[in-house]
Amino acid sequence: MSDLAISIQNISKVYRIDPTTGGAASRTLQEDLVNFAKNPLRRTTSSKKQEIWALNDVSFDVHEGEVIGLIGRNGAGKSTLLKILSRITEPTHGFADIFGRVGSLLEVGTGFHTELTGRENIYLSGAILGMRKAEIDRKFDQIVEFSGVSKFIETPVKRYSSGMAVRLAFAVAAHLDPEILLVDEVLAVGDASFQKKSLGKMSEVAESGRTVIFVSHNMGAIKNLCTRAVLLDGGKALVDGDVDHVVQEYLITASEKGEWHTEIADREDRQGSGALRFTGFQLRGSNGSTVEAAVAGEAVEFVLQFQCNSEKIQNASIMIWLRDAFTKGLLRLGTELTAQSFNELPQEGKIICRVPRFSLRPGRYFIDLGADIDGVKADRVIRAVTLDVVGGDFYGSGKVPLHPNDGDLLCEHSWRLG
Amino acid sequence: MSSALRNISHLTAARLRDRIHTQIQNEKILHVKKKIDKGSSKKISWHVRIQRSRGWSGLSLRELWSFRDLFWILAMRDVKLRYKQTALGVTWVILQPILTSGIFAVIFGVLAKLPSDDSPYLLFAFAGTLPWTLFAQSLQRAGSSLVSGREMISKVYFPRLILPISSSISVLVDFLVGLVSISVLFLIYKVPLTWNLLAIPGLVFVNLLIAIGVSFWISAFSVHYRDFIYALPFLIQAWMYASPVAYASSIVPDQWMALYSLNPMVGIIEGFRWALLGQGEFSWISFGISLAAGLVVFALGALVFRRVERGFADVI
Repeated sequence: MSDLAISIQNISKVYRIDPTTGGAASRTLQEDLVNFAKNPLRRTTSSKKQEIWALNDVSFDVHEGEVIGLIGRNGAGKSTLLKILSRITEPTHGFADIFGRVGSLLEVGTGFHTELTGRENIYLSGAILGMRKAEIDRKFDQIVEFSGVSKFIETPVKRYSSGMAVRLAFAVAAHLDPEILLVDEVLAVGDASFQKKSLGKMSEVAESGRTVIFVSHNMGAIKNLCTRAVLLDGGKALVDGDVDHVVQEYLITASEKGEWHTEIADREDRQGSGALRFTGFQLRGSNGSTVEAAVAGEAVEFVLQFQCNSEKIQNASIMIWLRDAFTKGLLRLGTELTAQSFNELPQEGKIICRVPRFSLRPGRYFIDLGADIDGVKADRVIRAVTLDVVGGDFYGSGKVPLHPNDGDLLCEHSWRLG
Repeated sequence: MSSALRNISHLTAARLRDRIHTQIQNEKILHVKKKIDKGSSKKISWHVRIQRSRGWSGLSLRELWSFRDLFWILAMRDVKLRYKQTALGVTWVILQPILTSGIFAVIFGVLAKLPSDDSPYLLFAFAGTLPWTLFAQSLQRAGSSLVSGREMISKVYFPRLILPISSSISVLVDFLVGLVSISVLFLIYKVPLTWNLLAIPGLVFVNLLIAIGVSFWISAFSVHYRDFIYALPFLIQAWMYASPVAYASSIVPDQWMALYSLNPMVGIIEGFRWALLGQGEFSWISFGISLAAGLVVFALGALVFRRVERGFADVI
């Protein structure tokens, strides 16, 4: 067994939230002075506060060179744990020993200032992340090259597109060189090709023998990068072990509740005439009830909520693309493939696409939605929603390929001697 | 009887649990020690134990030193932003103290006819405004440095003291620009240069010491009381009128003088007038009070800051 890099011992973190101030932890002087004047003997802090246990008695060890995925739903305590390990906030109980220089990447572009040029921001952000000036000098060219914004390096960042700013910010962070790296969901930024690049950089880091704790909702990335994972739920470490096992566990607990994804309605980055627009998405399982994850080998229904902006819509064709984390297309489902089309659509309604036996390997995928009216592009939403697939019994044998190299598709087959 | 028995068994169970717990802890510590001992053969660049800190902790100068580049880069950021964002740029930094001194000269010199110890009132007021602006601007900027740097505080670890210190230091650039403009005034008024000017670096140092010390208090306070920042301009203004910025301290009645000179800025501003205009005697007593007050405010401020900084990320 290699040496310890991080030892987490019974760490808990309690936040005290005062419901009377709407959860804000900072107070106003005015309030306290008024309270004091009203009742000088009582301490103003003793008002009825609620305790929230963001972390509750979490312990685990991380050894040198291990790449650990930290997974769990929002609010499970992943980010709090990273904040404690990177010394941003203190634990309420317990302790952690850390052996080695820690670099943490909880957000891309921390400290970036839009008035400053790209060059100035590289130095600023690098120094904030803990790099020495000499170190930034040395890596400057690599950073600029990685970011791909070398032409604009003397331009204020406010003139950058948001994609460029993010690329530059990530490029700085990617050149951090600590022994222990803590990474929080930073790969969810930028366009697809940049995501691929950053994922590549992350696996480079992982393979270089550095110790990494990696938080992500992208199960594909977790599986690709990590050997071990810890599942946090409600502030507790529920499962700790082999990454495939823990991811499976997470997806199963996550599939229990599903809801409408109405955030699609607010997406601005869509294409098309707008004659028909998607406003919501829901996933239904084999028995028609809402689910959060599809089960491989079982029926699944994609429910698309739409709105029509012109009357008498004729000849509407609808399509769904399923893609992997690298935006590679895996499947296309479409009305034109089944030789169907919708006529006289109502102002608002739902279109349901049913797949009798879902044939993607367990993992996380992305769904693009599209609609054409009379052959004219009406709506395109890229990465409208994410789709988690959990392992079912596709082959009736209880077995499903789990290794990333096994491909993403499942296909009915049988064997015989010929 | 049964309850007594239950109590005993309860007690032993708790004790047993404690003992097991201690044992586990000891093994853990042993393991950690082994790891540290092995450091001689295999290099461990760093070991930190992260736990809830209790009590007071001092300034860890070593840690601050290891972040010295960040100091500099943050201070330069503030300077660059200030000169980029204002339309008038440097002009504004030159104009502001001159206009302020001009107003003082008209109101206190021409209208109220206050004494200016034989110097032109504009120069006299300028020599007071210069150190005062350094002080007031540091308080203003350093006071809000934590709240405006909240994104950094909640996402990255670094010694939080860096924020107020570096923003105070960035104000020093404005001060240097002000020094240049006062030397132009010197030429216009044909004021002779004296060796007294050599005292300026020392005075600036003590001025900053007080300013940074007070900023520690203000910035720590403004994190916990978000409305405090609105009260700050009034505090600064009141402090200005309690200091000989616009008038000479010679007009303060004798019975108030002892109390008046407890204000550490009195010694600094009087010292600046002596250094720039070459008038009067240098008062070692006033300077001593300023230096002592500066050291006390700085040290206590750093202690208080370090005490409350643990909660910054949770509150901010």
